[in-house]
Amino acid sequence: MSASSDETLHITPLNALHKELGGRMVPFAGYEMPVQFPSGILTEHKHTRAAAGLFDVSHMGQVRITGADPAKSIERLVPGDVQALEVGRMRYTMFTNEAGGILDDLMINKRADDLLVIVNAACKQQDIALLQAGLPDCKVEYLADRALLALQGPEAVAVLARLNPQIAALQFGQGAEILLDGISCFVTRSGYTGEDGCEISLPADAADAFARKLLAQPEVKPIGLGARDSLRLEAGLCLYGHDIDTTTSPIEAGLTWTISKRRRAEGGFPGAGIIQKQLAEGVTRKRVGLRPEGRAPAREGTDILDISGNKIGMITSGGFGPSVDAPVAMGYVAAASAAIDTSINLLVRGKPLPARISAMPFITKRYAKA
Amino acid sequence: MTLYFTKDHEWIDVAGDTGTVGITVYAQEQLGDVVFVELPEPGRGVKQGGEMAVVESVKAASEVYAPVSGSVVESNDALAADPSLVNQDAEGAGWFTKIKLSDSGELGGLMDRAGYDAFVKSLG
Repeated sequence: MSASSDETLHITPLNALHKELGGRMVPFAGYEMPVQFPSGILTEHKHTRAAAGLFDVSHMGQVRITGADPAKSIERLVPGDVQALEVGRMRYTMFTNEAGGILDDLMINKRADDLLVIVNAACKQQDIALLQAGLPDCKVEYLADRALLALQGPEAVAVLARLNPQIAALQFGQGAEILLDGISCFVTRSGYTGEDGCEISLPADAADAFARKLLAQPEVKPIGLGARDSLRLEAGLCLYGHDIDTTTSPIEAGLTWTISKRRRAEGGFPGAGIIQKQLAEGVTRKRVGLRPEGRAPAREGTDILDISGNKIGMITSGGFGPSVDAPVAMGYVAAASAAIDTSINLLVRGKPLPARISAMPFITKRYAKA
Repeated sequence: MTLYFTKDHEWIDVAGDTGTVGITVYAQEQLGDVVFVELPEPGRGVKQGGEMAVVESVKAASEVYAPVSGSVVESNDALAADPSLVNQDAEGAGWFTKIKLSDSGELGGLMDRAGYDAFVKSLG
């Protein structure tokens, strides 16, 4: 519950700022990160949906890939259609294994001279090793000297446009090199909250001053990992290691939309045979949204039962949705029970809690039109 | 009325043979925003140190232990409508239950306010 003094924890360039702002620091994926600031998770969550929240995501891995045709090369490792990406566009995809499971999920940004790949902090070393081994025809560089910030919420773009009006021209899913406060940043209009906003890659040594500049804007408040988790859960977005992992396929996870027609037909990524078979024949379980009745949250690991009491699955993420103002969850259930509005029970502290299968996201997404 | 505290951060305010029980200001600070409280039904027996209630924050569920043995005579219905009372007034309107003590001797093992404050300080 208290801050760890573990000397092996890494810190981000904003560590001192987090502490100065009263962040409650916790170990997360090998980093000392703020789980919340003094205003608390509920307030931070609602502030992000109402104005603009600043997130430090510098613990995530930023990897630059150069070579003759890195877009073609990386398709050996992911089912996403990277070759179809135009310069200045980004794609969500995942590293798959031979069983069709997911090793990590990632964003690939296509830039004029390279690919910028953003991976999860906990999988960083493994992903870099995978890229180096799988792309011998490319140069794979870990950008240890870059910080990554996210400014999310309905006011986020207006705040950044104050620093450079070019920001407003970015469409959702687009990225560009943009000068912000004299700093050369790579900015994408994207995020992990269900809100409009941007993610900003910038030199680590400029991050502290830049974050302070953003926090000086009246719309902006610092947001910790706690609200980051509740925001993405309400948005129906997967958290690696929980909602997706080596035992779940992209098809079971409802991420079929990330695989283009060409990639489905051609394959050529690890586990392609299994994933193609699942696409053709269907899957036995699916990731679904869950809405418990009443106010009691159902957490990760909770068994999901059909109305006859048979176990049909398990919750992979669950908690209280501050904007929904009710408990929300996601998990995997047998395909036969996956239809929206199916009544199920959640086994919470030994008692069945009535719930139903729900569409996701749980909130209305407000991304800028692509 | 005498106030006692446990190392698990519950308080009990004893008047006669009945005590009002809740979690401390320190405990609610550690938990963060409380979104749900599961309280025991009146009549249920509880054992000192045994599970009595569950408090859920946005992040996690935490068990609340009975500071004394006895039987539950009342639970705070106001927490169902407004669980944030636990954050706003943990040692007042955010009380959890009233317990009829079966062994007032158990109170001897609990801390007073000064002892509890020193204990919290020692946690750093």
